[in-house]
Amino acid sequence: MDKFKGRVWVFGDNVDTDQIIPAERLVAANLDHLNDYIFEKVRPGFAQQVQKGDILVAGRNFGCGSSREHAPLSLIEAGFSCIIAESFARIFYRNSMNIGLLLVECKVDVKEGETVEVDPDGGKVIAEGREYAFPEYPPFITELVKAGGLMNLIREGRF
Amino acid sequence: MGKTIAEKILSEKSGTDAYAGQIVMANIDYVMVNDVTGPIAFREYAKLGTDKMYKDRMVLIPDHYVPAKDIASAEQAKEMREFAHKHELPNYYEIGKSGVCHQLMVEEGFAAPGRLIVGADSHTCTYGGINAFSTGIGSTEAAAAFATGKLWFKVPETIKVVVKGKFRRNVGGKDLILKIITDIGVDGANYKALEFHGDVCNISVADRLAISNMAIEAGGKAGIFPCDELTRKYIEDTVRGEYTPVDADPDAKYCRVLEYDLYQIEPMVSYPHLPSNGRPVREADVRIDQAYLGSCTNGRIEDMRIGAEIVKGRKVAPGVRFLVVPASQKVYRQMVEEGLMQIFLDAGAFISGPTCGACLGGYMGILAAGEKAVSSTNRNFIGRMGDKASEVYLAGPATVAASAIAGRIVTPDQLEGN
Repeated sequence: MDKFKGRVWVFGDNVDTDQIIPAERLVAANLDHLNDYIFEKVRPGFAQQVQKGDILVAGRNFGCGSSREHAPLSLIEAGFSCIIAESFARIFYRNSMNIGLLLVECKVDVKEGETVEVDPDGGKVIAEGREYAFPEYPPFITELVKAGGLMNLIREGRF
Repeated sequence: MGKTIAEKILSEKSGTDAYAGQIVMANIDYVMVNDVTGPIAFREYAKLGTDKMYKDRMVLIPDHYVPAKDIASAEQAKEMREFAHKHELPNYYEIGKSGVCHQLMVEEGFAAPGRLIVGADSHTCTYGGINAFSTGIGSTEAAAAFATGKLWFKVPETIKVVVKGKFRRNVGGKDLILKIITDIGVDGANYKALEFHGDVCNISVADRLAISNMAIEAGGKAGIFPCDELTRKYIEDTVRGEYTPVDADPDAKYCRVLEYDLYQIEPMVSYPHLPSNGRPVREADVRIDQAYLGSCTNGRIEDMRIGAEIVKGRKVAPGVRFLVVPASQKVYRQMVEEGLMQIFLDAGAFISGPTCGACLGGYMGILAAGEKAVSSTNRNFIGRMGDKASEVYLAGPATVAASAIAGRIVTPDQLEGN
């Protein structure tokens, strides 16, 4: 995967899926514009500020709570290129990797509005001249990410 | 080397000799979706362009927004109904014969010891209460399971939880799991399984299901109990097909051991906005606007009996709304037959049919700004049951019922003291 850069938005620990997208928005009719509602309860107006290629940086246990795939889906639709967090809740991790939202498990000290560079293959995040390493993905996850998600693996007969 | 229950079930279902840390491809026994997660799965399945479908393993249970709360949710439920009809799926559950998905998965006998069950709902871990390895997944992977009958799993490390003794009166499984989550934190079991040992014979199966249900609130992939006589008796009339209980090996490897003396567990309440903000109810000083008894955590007949015993002959406090929501049609019927409905009605409770509704802030009991609720549900995140400035306090059925009467968060013992 190529390196990429993006402007960051900073969140704290235990960002739950209800914060990412509230339950009342989880109807099929919203599926093509879920990004309109991201973080609407905790950060009103946020959805309108995010630009394509932005990166979300958070603390521990990002995406805890519900299994709603609407959460990573809404972040993809909003334009986020990846999420960097100290740790991720497991269902959110699975969902994201399965649908092609790149997650980077790494503690990064960065301020909102700054730019970071992510080198997925090199396992590095570079923020304001500081370099942070993150662990290599297990081979299966690498395959999943490179295929662009689980459905592509199945279509290619590799599942 | 010995294996944990999780390692054994995932080895068996993947045909490998699996240990914690490995990624395996395992055959699943059942895959469940609800009306919120189903539509994405149906669309992803359609994109695969395959005719292959493991119909007998699929279970479709609308429960989040049924009976439909508005046109959008009616359309969504319709999409699910039509998908089931089009593919002639044997396991679709319409309201009137249904309930909250996790209650139904047990009642209908899909969940059983030794099985590997996935569900596109995070509380799918509930069936660990009856010795299944069950876990929450997303919609896309549910679609993958529809088409292939299998899924990838990272075999989790396991935390051993050893319990001793018996609960005191008016203390139960919910209090224990709130205590555990408070002790280890909302990510204390992330990517891990909890496995229960010791005097589990002193924990009712209903309580085990409530405990396993909330394993996810510590980040857990599963919360698994051994199968014993209580388990067998609980499922004997309803289980589908044969099942094979799975025990942990004596020399299984655990990443952590926790010990609890059940007699020392107090009634617990988790303050906003995390399930790990638990403290003893006796320390609480919170006036409430609403009390909610129900959900996949505590909406079973056993919970209803606990609640009814406490409110019998008493009245809900002025200014308090007490919502009682049995988790299934079967629980509802049992409440009628056992006279519990009369008790709740006399007390001034509002009783509805089964739905996830208010638990996730969907409908049927949403909180306004500034309102506080004590709830037998499983999450108290910001805005979980309504406005972002509302507050949810999680507790067991006994505390919820006593609080509905007192108008503030109390234990049944404190209520009697009043």
